[in-house]
Order: sequence, then C-alpha cells, then structure tokens
Amino acid sequence: MAEILVLIDHADGAVSKPATELLTIARRMGTPAAVFFGAGLDNARETLARFGAEKIYVVDDAALSDYLVAPAAEALAEVVTQVQPEAVLLTSTGEGKEIAARLAVKLGSGLITDAIDVEADGTTSQSVFAGSYLVRAKVTQGTPIITVKPNATTPEVTEVTPEEVPVTVTISDGAKTARIVDRSARAKSGRPELTEAAIVVSGGRGVAGPEGFGVIEALADALGAAVGASRAATDAGWYPHAFQVGQTGKTVSPQLYVANGISGAIQHRAGMQTSKTIVAVNKDPEAPIFELTDFGVVGDLFTVLPQLIEQIGARKG
Amino acid sequence: MKIVVLVKFVPDSTGARAFTADTTTDRVGVDGLLSELDEYAVEQSLRVHEAAGEGEITFVTVGPEQAGAALRKALSMGGDAAVHVVDDAIHGSDALATSLILSKVLEKLEYDLVITGMASTDAGMAVVPVMVAERLGLPAVTLASELTVNGGTVRIRRDTDDASETIEASLPALVSVTDQTGEARYPSFKGIMAAKKKPVTTYSLADLGVSADEVGLVGAWSRVDEVTKRPPRSAGIKVVDEGDGGVKLAEFLVSQKFI
Repeated sequence: MAEILVLIDHADGAVSKPATELLTIARRMGTPAAVFFGAGLDNARETLARFGAEKIYVVDDAALSDYLVAPAAEALAEVVTQVQPEAVLLTSTGEGKEIAARLAVKLGSGLITDAIDVEADGTTSQSVFAGSYLVRAKVTQGTPIITVKPNATTPEVTEVTPEEVPVTVTISDGAKTARIVDRSARAKSGRPELTEAAIVVSGGRGVAGPEGFGVIEALADALGAAVGASRAATDAGWYPHAFQVGQTGKTVSPQLYVANGISGAIQHRAGMQTSKTIVAVNKDPEAPIFELTDFGVVGDLFTVLPQLIEQIGARKG
Repeated sequence: MKIVVLVKFVPDSTGARAFTADTTTDRVGVDGLLSELDEYAVEQSLRVHEAAGEGEITFVTVGPEQAGAALRKALSMGGDAAVHVVDDAIHGSDALATSLILSKVLEKLEYDLVITGMASTDAGMAVVPVMVAERLGLPAVTLASELTVNGGTVRIRRDTDDASETIEASLPALVSVTDQTGEARYPSFKGIMAAKKKPVTTYSLADLGVSADEVGLVGAWSRVDEVTKRPPRSAGIKVVDEGDGGVKLAEFLVSQKFI
C-alpha cells in the first residue's frame, strides 16, 4: 500500500495529539509514515510506534529551527520527491498551513486546508462560512496535500515497530531569509490545549475585567476544561490573545462550550458554533448567543458560576 | 519605500453568504466589501509609509467587477493607486491560481514591501500570501502583531500559542498582519473624494501572460463535490436565574453526562 506522509507536529519530541490523529487518518488511506523534523526523536519514538507509524523519515538540520517555515517546506518537498507518497497530511496550525502552501507550489499539487474529516479515498469535509455550510472536496492534481483540524478523529492505538529512515536534505540560502531573532516562551497554564479540549469555558465582555476571569478559570478547572475568551475580552487586555475564540482567533469544536458574558456576535460564533453542546450565562435575555444554546441561563455570571462550581464539587463528593 | 497591499473583496460575513450552482462562493448576488482583515493591512501600509515619509502605496485585487469596491475603500483610507485583475476566466480560481495571478501582477510592479491580511474572511485558508512569496522567492514573515521597517529590514513580533517571537527579514519581503496590529482608520470625507481621482489600472489574464486554463474552475487543483447548508442550531431551554440558576445549569450538565 502506498505511503501517506504525516508531518509530525512536536515540541522537542513531545508529539501533539493532533499529530496522532493524523496517523490514525493516514491508516484509513494507506500506510502511515511519519516525517520528523528537528531534535527530540528519542522522546517521540514510542508515541509514533504506538499510533501506527510504519516508517519515520528523520530530518535533523539546524536551519529547521532557526528560520521560519521555508526550510521545512523545502525539506518536506525533498522527502515527498524521494518517497512518492499517495498523500501528505499536516496539522491545521498557522505553521502547518504555511508549510502546506509552499509545498503545494513547489510540487504543483492541489491543497485542501482545515479539513474536519478525511475519508479513505482522500475526500475531505470542511466546515465553512462560520460553520453554516459543509463542503466535501477532493484534490485532483498532483500529490494531495491536506491540513486537518484538531479533533477530526479519535487517535487509535496500532502498535508497530517503525523503520527509521534518515533523510539528508539541502536547504537553499533562499529559504534562510526570514530569521527568528528572539523568542520568549509563554508560561504554560496546565489546562488542556484550547483547540483540543473536550470542554471549553469562555468569558466575554460581561466578565468586566481581568480579575473576573478568576471565576472562569475556576469553572474550567472544576470541569477539566480549557479557558477561552471573546475578542472583546482579549482586545481589552483582560486575557491573552492566544486564548481568543472566533474568526481572528481559534476555532474550537468541543463536546461542550460554556459561554459566559458573551453576546454571541458573528465574529465569536465563527469560532465556536460547531460545538456539540452549547450553554451560556448572560444577563441580557436578548443576547444572540441564546439562539445557539442548548441550555441558557439569564443571570449574573458572578452568582450563577460560583453556584455551579459548588454543585460540581458537591457531586464529585 | 514602495508598498503593495494585496486585498480581497469578500461577501459580508454579517449578511447571508451562499454558494452558486457551480459550488463556488457567491460574490455577485450578495453584499460584498473589502475584507475586514485586509483593513489592518491597508492601515499598516499607511503607517509604514507615514514613518518613512516618502514612497507610494498600490492596492491590488483579483475579482469580478464588483471587487473594485474593495479598491475604492482602500484608496479612500489612503494610498496612491490600484490594480484590478478582472477576467471571466478567473471565476472559480483556487488559492494556487490566485497566487499565480497575484505574483504576475507583482512582477509588473516595483515594491520593497508586500503587505497582506492574516486570512480572508470567506475561505479563510490563509495560504495565498505565502504562496505568492514562494512563487517570487520573497522572504515571508507572517501573522505579525507588530510591524516596523528600519532601513532595509522588516521586523515583526508574532504571538504564537507558546511564545512571543521577533522575526526579521531583508527587503523586499512579504508580511501578513493580524488584527492585533491596530485599528484601521475610517476614511475621511476628503479621503473618499480623493479616492475617486486615484488611478485604477485594469489587467486581463492576457495582460499578465497567464493562460485561461491555468486558472478558474478548469485549472483548479481540487474539486468541490458537494456543498450542504447545515440546519441552523435551534435554541434550547432558557431559564431566568431566580437564585437557582447554577443548580439548574448543573442539573443540565449532569443530564448530559458532563458532570
């Protein structure tokens, strides 16, 4: 069976959950083969084996970490040329999409981004226009390149012994023109990743200030959830922009979305309306968010949420 | 400093958006406008220009006749001239074809800096800017939340999920900017009047040396098989908090097995 290449998204070898989802999708389509860039393979090997990567193509070149995505796109293009896979899968992050875009131009291949599902024959599903339409599409030219959103599938364990294939690539000087000159890491919250979480608890204008996010975080921790924020809250500087849910932030599709003090403008809806279950707490009974909710409470979040947190604590015993 | 800003005419995201019978985005039968996210690119071009104190700004779009409205909006904010690529054969073009057309326009223009928005508000792929850079061999620094130009170098700050990065590239370069770069100005009355006198050059595919079969639905490298409108979400239960709102919400979450 033809190989399906999966570019592994990782931080020093800690393989992201969406990358294991891609390996599971790749098994539907053919033989999953991981492409691993940079250092940290020793940490990644076990995860890649557990989720069924029959091969691991390893490229370790300093240019991959010092510069932006152009070297990664060149390296991936070389791997594709050598391996001749049936398709290439990447995660739909900003970086994943940029690598995919450059790869499509280099290879003369069709590209589909932001798939929420990929079938065995490479047919993709995408959710478009703020989740109001579902589009099924397929690449018809070249080696299909598909970027897939987190939570597209449940990662399935298929224990294998991967064959490791080191690949030497030549990175051109032209790919080394955009250089990262400084990088300061952000502190980790310890909560689930926003785009991968099963439950997301968000706060908006009604949270009324940075200190108001205390109760949002407390509810998130009681539910084991990620914290999100509306653009009104991030623009006001109450919560970091990286947590913004909406058109210009993250698109989330969790099992449960809890919107607190969020009116539900189109900007925000674009980022959350494909969530399975939506609940909201808002003072304004006319807030558009209530058009989407399975369960809505018209009330003050500063009295409703503490009571909810207490209930959760009591039921957990 | 010569700046080119790539802009897109999109269906209004606050209105009804739709597909046409050939499964392409309806751009003619709905209200359209300059993509909100491109306003940030226009704004940054004006700020870079003001800081440099000299040069010129050209706005470029690809799209049907109606797309000229996006250029007029940009020109009313500022800038000097615009280029509109119009050709019936462009209808249905994918990101690869659009990037080809834009790169051919850029080959005709002089520029030090190309600025784009972070994504369109319709397709939202966020791939056309890097595709253009790839085709032209330009450095691309993307998703800038801050942008400065110093001499021959562009420097941006980018905030990713796990870090804040500073990235530099030598000019000429392409930069995409996010909505974090700063609010776009409103066109003044004077600006709106002045925009009417600014030159808009129209190109066809032939003018750019692009063949009709490289673009449009014929030249697309992927095919849409099916477009389905999702049923709108229906509103469920709504209760007014009378001192037990948290309890009722907890009961609902228990019934749905979230607690």
